[in-house]
Amino acid sequence: MDRIADIWGAPTPHARGTVWPVRVDQHLHEGVAEADVEQWVQSACLLCSNGCGVDIAVKDGRMVGVRGRAGDVVNHGRLGPKGLYGSTPWASAPDRLTRPLVRDGDRLVETDWETAMGRVVQESKRLLDKAGPLTHAFYTSGQLFLEEYFALATIGKAGLGTPHMDGNTRLCTATAAAAMKESFGADGQPGSYTDIEHCDAIFLYGHNMAETQTVLWSRVLDRTRGDDPPRVVCVDPRRTPVAREAERTGGVHLAPKVGTNLALVNCLAREVFANGWVDEEWVAAHTLGREELWETVSSYDPERVAGICGVDADDLRRAARIFGESGAVLSTVLQGFYQSHQATASSVAVNNLHLLRGMIGRPGCGILQMNGQPTAQNNRECGADGDLPGFRNWDNPKHIDELARLWNVDPLTIPHWAPPTHAMEIFDHAEAGSIEWLWVSATNPAVSMPESGRIRRILAQESLFVVVQDLFLTETAQLADVVLPAAGWGEKTGTFTNVNRTVHLSEDAVRPPGEARSDLEIFLMYARAMGFTDKDGAPLAAWETPEEVFDAWREASRGRPVDYSGLTYAMLRGGSGIPWPVNESAPHGTDRLYADAQFPSDTEVCETYGHDLLTGAEVTEEEHRAMAPGGRAFLKGAEYSAPHEEPSDEYPLLYTTGRTAYQFHTRTKTGRARSLQKAAPAAWVELSVDDARQLGVAEGDVVRVESPRGSIEVPARVGEVMPGAVFAPFHYGSWEPEQGATAGAGPGQANELTMAVWDPVSKQPYFKTAACRVTKVRDGAGPSPAPTTTASRPAADAGTAGRRSVPQTAGGDATSSTLVDDPPRFPLDPAQDGDH
Amino acid sequence: MPRLATYVGLVDHAEQVLAESLRTVAEAQAKHPDIHFMCETLAKMSDAHREELAPVVERYGEDDASEPERLHAAGLGEARTGPLGLLRDLQDLHVLAHLVLSSWTVIRQGAQGLRDRELLEVAEASAAETRRQIAWLQTRMKVAAPQALIVSP
Repeated sequence: MDRIADIWGAPTPHARGTVWPVRVDQHLHEGVAEADVEQWVQSACLLCSNGCGVDIAVKDGRMVGVRGRAGDVVNHGRLGPKGLYGSTPWASAPDRLTRPLVRDGDRLVETDWETAMGRVVQESKRLLDKAGPLTHAFYTSGQLFLEEYFALATIGKAGLGTPHMDGNTRLCTATAAAAMKESFGADGQPGSYTDIEHCDAIFLYGHNMAETQTVLWSRVLDRTRGDDPPRVVCVDPRRTPVAREAERTGGVHLAPKVGTNLALVNCLAREVFANGWVDEEWVAAHTLGREELWETVSSYDPERVAGICGVDADDLRRAARIFGESGAVLSTVLQGFYQSHQATASSVAVNNLHLLRGMIGRPGCGILQMNGQPTAQNNRECGADGDLPGFRNWDNPKHIDELARLWNVDPLTIPHWAPPTHAMEIFDHAEAGSIEWLWVSATNPAVSMPESGRIRRILAQESLFVVVQDLFLTETAQLADVVLPAAGWGEKTGTFTNVNRTVHLSEDAVRPPGEARSDLEIFLMYARAMGFTDKDGAPLAAWETPEEVFDAWREASRGRPVDYSGLTYAMLRGGSGIPWPVNESAPHGTDRLYADAQFPSDTEVCETYGHDLLTGAEVTEEEHRAMAPGGRAFLKGAEYSAPHEEPSDEYPLLYTTGRTAYQFHTRTKTGRARSLQKAAPAAWVELSVDDARQLGVAEGDVVRVESPRGSIEVPARVGEVMPGAVFAPFHYGSWEPEQGATAGAGPGQANELTMAVWDPVSKQPYFKTAACRVTKVRDGAGPSPAPTTTASRPAADAGTAGRRSVPQTAGGDATSSTLVDDPPRFPLDPAQDGDH
Repeated sequence: MPRLATYVGLVDHAEQVLAESLRTVAEAQAKHPDIHFMCETLAKMSDAHREELAPVVERYGEDDASEPERLHAAGLGEARTGPLGLLRDLQDLHVLAHLVLSSWTVIRQGAQGLRDRELLEVAEASAAETRRQIAWLQTRMKVAAPQALIVSP
């Protein structure tokens, strides 16, 4: 089966309340037959946040393919196109980094580990002597393993004592965490994927699940195409496959103007109040803030909001009615909310809807505040981003004392005068010259951060010593002073956790190439070389193996909402992934949080005292204590405000960025997989039929898109984006297959145009609210390279603007799919409760 | 009620000075988008308080303080530069906002004594928002302080 042409694979529709059928998807490299595979090694997929259980095929010491794990609770055997085609080819790519590199003038030259790490340590010690730890910063990833984040957090917070540590998780998942902290008191996904089997409506907010989590979407399709299907409601400015499914199921597609999400969700809340759909008894018992929320949302009637959002008032009413009258609703939220104006307030507003109806903690009534990356969750848990390990509250001295005891360091060593510095602020300090040492691991900020031209200038600054640890010589690595070659997925062992708290063990299947080492080994090598010690003089982070770090983490998490204390490598070997908390009261894991409607909101327990959603101002401990939350959830509202940059005469269009199903991030892995790269080989922008006509642009014509910050020149797809908006995929930097990356921008690098503005609470940058203008540069030589199978498909009614016929996206290598008639037992699945 | 009128004039002026000073910082901090945009948002809050207060000012008469130089706060004038300058600017705004808050407290007491429901509501709503302004300034200063004090070049 060609899984480029068929993204979601063969359907397996089934009725409400029954177990999702099992279908095992498999792909082996060309020329490798199943009988040739010498070993299958257990892991989970690392190419989106869904966390599908996978086995890695090994032959002659190389990874040669993957198959889904039939008994895994997450995917029931399935894999998506990225997982199938993209998981393994990068590992044997000829341009893998195999030796450390150090800067020699304008060149990077190969060296040995001793020399490379020697430079890192020498510079580190020099700066510590000169001005202390605030000169040091770390910018890490959403793609390392749990053990690596916990080691890094230990080094940064207990060893060096710098508050400057964040991950690219800031770009993808910070708002998910922030929204859950504001509503429930701490991070932790309330819902479960099993809610899909039990709901009668699914609301997707700014979440093009059909492309971002393709396997999860096939799980949804198996409900919407089966008996007793749920209705789908889609909030998205593009006519995505999700939007089309909303129309097909009798739901609603709401396409709000970019930047107006909060007004829209406030309207839904207003309708829930006004129509008496609030579960008053539940709300009185389990929440705080009902009256204040009503005061905030009462003026958002459908007519007013229709004007703000540019949607039909009756569509708003219909969507609200579906929410208000369904017995079980699953809501999911992603980048359309997280990377857009008033991100945290809008995502919290989704939580409010569920709290108002008491729809949380039982099958079918889930909230999935999604993640963008496969291990983003672990970064939030372990505190290598803007959080502290174990969902601890930086503002609570008792929580800091707990960490100090765990690490056996003075509490004053652990920076806790403010939250850890967020990514945008780290680059700000580097630009100003007060951060002089930056260690980037497993991410590519020169392409992926907003206003990427500025980011590259900062990385190139003479005053900044940059260490980059990666698989390849990325655009960012080109600007480094030291480049450290890392082992990747399948070349190292560790655990990671997906969106719905499911922990997987990923075993090393093959040896890393050349002198490449695991990220964990590299971090621990630095810790040893620096000689970090605890307060008794014993070495800090003195771990040898990933399992030792995992066991230390289990202790760090004990008793916290994110409790791993009862989980071991042994439990994770052989079976399915296991969702936390795993402890004495839940020895086999937990499918769904808050079944008892007890939230981690108590002042002693919570991860944050909360924020003013409009300004980001902190709520103080005294204020929090005075509210006496005592396990109740917060209903928190905020007023809609206009976006920071609105279209003008000079820049009349809205610019928004996003993803395609076939590429991941800056294509470091997916761009090296032939089937995927061919499906979405180069950048494009999408224009609506109206705008294309007005600009005199036809399908494939090359256009220049400019914002006040930069420009790109790319072919145009005349597509299904809403009139007035321009969509650009963010995957494309300067790297090209066979040619490698340069230190400059790619011609289609979407972030050259985006703005450095961020949400006041989550500090997540807004990639989806900028203004731009489009001009035609020249006629195209053919259709644009945008895929036709996704939200970027050509407009059906493009008329003359779409006069070039566009070939269907297809041509993926062969894969197989096998239905399993006698499925294994899925632990914790409520559809199997009968025989539990 | 001449003295209450004086105080109404005072808070009106203080809100104006606060809004102007917030805008001065917003303009100077274009490179720090969070400060830039939030100072603008907070300035609009002060504008709105003045609008709410306008009918009351009309009722009591615009009795400008008889000794303005002793009652009125001076604004920020111009923004300082560099991380330490920013910290000091935020601190000045914090002081100004506290003057506004205490003025509203005084007015609220007067409004209660006079049973002036309209003024009471304006004073309470405005004071609540002033507290939000103060909370943001406090939060931002706490974040900015260590880097500015210890390592800024």
